[in-house]
Amino acid sequence: MSWTKNVLRVNLTSGTCESEPLNMEWANKYLGQRGLATKYYTEECDPKVDPLSPENKMIVATGPLTGTAAPTSGRWSVITKGALTGAIACSNSGGFFGAELKNAGWDMIIFEGKSAGPVYLDIHNEKAELKDASALWGKSVWDTEDALRDIRGDKDIRCASIGQAGEAQALFAAIVNDKDRAAGRSGVGAVMGSKNLKAIAVRGTVGVQVGDPMKFMQATGACNQILADNAVTGEGLPAYGTQVLMNVINETGALPTHNASDVQFDGASDIGGEAMTTPRETDGKANLVSNAACFGCPISCQRVSQMDPNHFSVKGQPKYHDTSGGLEYEAAWALGAATGVNDLEALTYCNFICNEYGMDPISLGSTVAAAMELFKLGAITEADTGGIALEFGNAEALCKICDQTGLGEGFGKEIGQGSRRMCEKYGHPDLSMTVKSQEFPAYDPRGIQGMGLTYATSNRGACHLRSYTVASEVLGIPEKTDPLSSEGKAGLVKAFQDATAAVDSMGLCVFTTFALTLDDFGPMVDADLEGEWSAESLLEIGERIWNLERKFNNEAGFTAADDTLPKRLLTEAAKTGPAAGKVNELGKMLPEYYELRGWTPDGVPSNETLNRLNL
Amino acid sequence: MKITLKLYAVLGQYLPDHAKKNEAEVEVEDASALTSVLAAYGVPPEHCHLVLVNGHYIAPSERADKILKEGDALAAWPPVAGG
Repeated sequence: MSWTKNVLRVNLTSGTCESEPLNMEWANKYLGQRGLATKYYTEECDPKVDPLSPENKMIVATGPLTGTAAPTSGRWSVITKGALTGAIACSNSGGFFGAELKNAGWDMIIFEGKSAGPVYLDIHNEKAELKDASALWGKSVWDTEDALRDIRGDKDIRCASIGQAGEAQALFAAIVNDKDRAAGRSGVGAVMGSKNLKAIAVRGTVGVQVGDPMKFMQATGACNQILADNAVTGEGLPAYGTQVLMNVINETGALPTHNASDVQFDGASDIGGEAMTTPRETDGKANLVSNAACFGCPISCQRVSQMDPNHFSVKGQPKYHDTSGGLEYEAAWALGAATGVNDLEALTYCNFICNEYGMDPISLGSTVAAAMELFKLGAITEADTGGIALEFGNAEALCKICDQTGLGEGFGKEIGQGSRRMCEKYGHPDLSMTVKSQEFPAYDPRGIQGMGLTYATSNRGACHLRSYTVASEVLGIPEKTDPLSSEGKAGLVKAFQDATAAVDSMGLCVFTTFALTLDDFGPMVDADLEGEWSAESLLEIGERIWNLERKFNNEAGFTAADDTLPKRLLTEAAKTGPAAGKVNELGKMLPEYYELRGWTPDGVPSNETLNRLNL
Repeated sequence: MKITLKLYAVLGQYLPDHAKKNEAEVEVEDASALTSVLAAYGVPPEHCHLVLVNGHYIAPSERADKILKEGDALAAWPPVAGG
């Protein structure tokens, strides 16, 4: 019974907040969070809707396990049509906001319409109202959270807000909670900005009830033990975080560098996890201060960093001298290897301002990298950039352009359109490292073949978190497969996609899957909820969610032609490392993938598949 | 012969003093086995979860038989993951 069974419907046009009962028929078919909110969204929105129009809706959703004693139960998601992609978007975040919302008694909030002026949603348990946010508009995420705590006179409220980037509707703007956790991808922050919704402030003291407390504690205890005993979740991630991957992926020859012109970066060891723990030459202190955890998380992979106060990017700016959310692997790659910048402090600064202004560092870094290649070719010049020498490896230029993008100023306005639109505008569409207009993350599909199919078929545009086959292809989890071979990858990608969709709909973090399987999750969900739940039913729900997302995208106008990769990855062979001479073999994997999915050769779910999944 | 030894994360403590940025060029006997090189530097085999030679994965069962060549890059990590 960890569904609260309460949905908060907020009409921003009329200024009303109303409670309605959760649709339990849908809850039983789609579980929660990603799945259930996607069901609500697709029932209520026209697939052709303009993402930035009042007709688009935005759902903030928790899962049935969010806010419970289950490990990593701090997750929540934003479901809408992505401003960056025009595809279904589900952007997932951690921190404490989601658990607070659940503890206030809400499974999800459905935002519809558009407010005439800036507002924020104020929630205290069952009481919810829209309030004037005129005084908050123009403030950063950090200042908004501080101001809301002052306004409410309650330091324990939790906030999710947009910064200046969301207000300016930069197409990869993020919604940031707890100052440095983010629903980062696909431009959900731009959708929020388009609605004049600045923030959600929530305080929840109702609590979360589970169905069978004794059985639930036994099941969560067993999962906690597995996570503690597992070498990756019990030791590796807490100690080194995701950033330890920088040297792994570089050595594997799959680190997209200089806008994916190369697959290995000379400066990788300057910006990875080991560099973060090495004392700086300038002040003798290490960039990394500690790790930290989201709500209910025994893994604690989050990085906490403190910059050298004399670094050029922050000198004389004390607000950046305290500790704050440090670099994760994807951010360090995008801001660093993709742009050729090996200055760890500069990357940390850019990561700080991604949290402060509310931006997705993956799309930001990749778009800056594309701009650097355009600059190298002369397709853009200093006349376009306002005098910024946007050269690969130029740390000062990187910091300046990230500042401008966050604030919606200068050439940053072009960067804020994302690389697909920017590269088209300047006459080189092939230089955009995107799928469905979303920038791909930190794994080059020439060196990790399965990631090519992962990016090409991801329903929210290129993404690693829809099927993280890196676990198998590089790290050997759950079993090792050859990263240079496309054999068997269609089945691997499908299996990861379906299982991940289920985990994303529970309210848990996908990092648990380094140790736990659906056989472990099944008893937790079964003890928590009414009805019968098992690994098999969860996997079926995952597959149903995947097909529902696909159906929406097809109706929105996407076709099999959009299940592709940037030309560079398909035609320009890797120059160095184990993958030298290889391109991605998407053409071999995609037909097999469609067949395994029960889709037509045109990538459309067959009637038989839709019927089998009750869609 | 000379090879490049790369030890990351907590395994970095086993690198020789002249190592920089987690790697060092080291002199080893010709045709050394991978496991003997790691043993020579005191790296506990049970802590070597991921081992690559020139970027290629070497499974635990293959490490004793993997013979290194001049110029090879041997890299090892403890349990790691990301995303």
